[in-house]
Amino acid sequence: MQFVAEVGAATERSVAYVGGLAQLFGKSLRLLFLSPLKGSRLAQRAVHQAMAVGVGALPIVSLITFFVGVIIALQGAYQLQRLGAMQLVASLVSISITRELGPLITAIVVIGRSGSAFAAEIGTMRVTEELDALETMALDPVAFLVVPKFLAMAVMMPCLAIWSDFMGVLGGCLFGVVSGNFTFGSYVIATRDALVARDIATGIVKALVFGLVITAVGCQEGFSTGAGAEEVGRSTTSAVVNSILLVILIDLVFTTLFYLARGSA
Amino acid sequence: MAAPAAPAPVISARDLRVQYGDREVLHGLTFEIVHGETMVVIGGSGSGKSTLLRTLVGLEKPSSGEVRIKGVDIAKASAREMDVIRKKIGLAFQGGALIGSLPVGENIALPLLEHTTLKPTTIEVMVRIKLEQVGLTGFENYSPAQLSGGMRKRAAFARAMAMDPEILFFDEPSAGLDPITAAGIDDLILELKKAYSMTMVVVTHELASAFLIADRIILLDRGNIVAMGPAQEVRDSTHPRVRQFLDRVADTAQDDDVDHMRMYTEGIK
Repeated sequence: MQFVAEVGAATERSVAYVGGLAQLFGKSLRLLFLSPLKGSRLAQRAVHQAMAVGVGALPIVSLITFFVGVIIALQGAYQLQRLGAMQLVASLVSISITRELGPLITAIVVIGRSGSAFAAEIGTMRVTEELDALETMALDPVAFLVVPKFLAMAVMMPCLAIWSDFMGVLGGCLFGVVSGNFTFGSYVIATRDALVARDIATGIVKALVFGLVITAVGCQEGFSTGAGAEEVGRSTTSAVVNSILLVILIDLVFTTLFYLARGSA
Repeated sequence: MAAPAAPAPVISARDLRVQYGDREVLHGLTFEIVHGETMVVIGGSGSGKSTLLRTLVGLEKPSSGEVRIKGVDIAKASAREMDVIRKKIGLAFQGGALIGSLPVGENIALPLLEHTTLKPTTIEVMVRIKLEQVGLTGFENYSPAQLSGGMRKRAAFARAMAMDPEILFFDEPSAGLDPITAAGIDDLILELKKAYSMTMVVVTHELASAFLIADRIILLDRGNIVAMGPAQEVRDSTHPRVRQFLDRVADTAQDDDVDHMRMYTEGIK
């Protein structure tokens, strides 16, 4: 009985947690459209966030997805050469990168860089009473802090995903040219033939949703920070852990849906 | 002919109770603060004075009883009504609570930018005036982290005053400051009182500063008001608990309430 009760309580907590995320997103959406005037400074804050979240992540995302592209090509070639189907390396790399690994790796890098930073920033503001100060000045902390982050992520995550697709394919190309039978030109053509717009689109949709989830989790963890520096560390940790878990879960759901819907392609 | 009506209180609390979880921190406080008055709330750590301040500005919800600011019950006020009230009050936090990502000038400009339609040049001038009032002329572009504790407090005063509020709240304005800086802060509060006849609520455990700036004093002890009245009256009170606090006498009985013990050690420090 004890066990059943614990499972029940844990389930309830999880549902409440996701409910909290949805509430934060809903409130941000409402504030975005209803917040009176002052649009220019919202844009200014969003651009500031976008620079940190998106542009700042470019080097590391490029490097990692490039390497992942090489790795996929290597692993693929290991299997494919036994079938004498080395020419399929290009399509293997391009499809797995665009549909899956590009957005996923990007999300994990962004969780590490920005999801954690959101939680630490808002958590520290909780501890130093800056959130209370905003409230006493009649400034909604969600409007002031969260809305620009959502905006920045909604724009930058798809951009980063497209860029990571490109870098991943480039990584595969490096392998194809060095040890496969490809030239740069033939690899690009093989990639172009293998990909359909839908592959890239599914990746971009995933990236967008990942971005919103990362923002919601990071900010919510920040707001729920208790008193003291230790609590900020705890919030940052759970922001990263919960974001990764949720991103993988959502990825699973999306991939399943796309798989089931493949017939109509 | 009716007798001239007493001025309506700016802040009134009636049987105010606040609890965190199961623990009740304030046990039914009733008091009124009138326009232009400086009310100082004194009491040791754990006496509930910070909770009282947070409740008065609407950061904590009373568990029962009511708080009215300019006649509006803040527990029942809608978000919009609350915003209207909040634009009329300023709160200077103990640690300053300046937004760390913005320079000092922008911190003070923030409420003006968000709540008024003033031109940026006008706001710039206003920020300069506010900084001048607290003796921080020329510090607009410093980040809060570059300021000393006393300067951060003064910058927080400037921000609290940015919207020319009707009521100013101070949380421990002189705590953690050297005697000279603390005296400077007291002078600043006295000046504000003289120049603008603002209603002020100051929470402190510094007795000297309390008697210097107060019109009236509330002495809180473990969530109860043990004394309330004009500064002189409280100073001359013969109530044993009041005397113990004012004369800084340690509790003789072993008290397992750690917060309560700390209340006396802090007075001596």
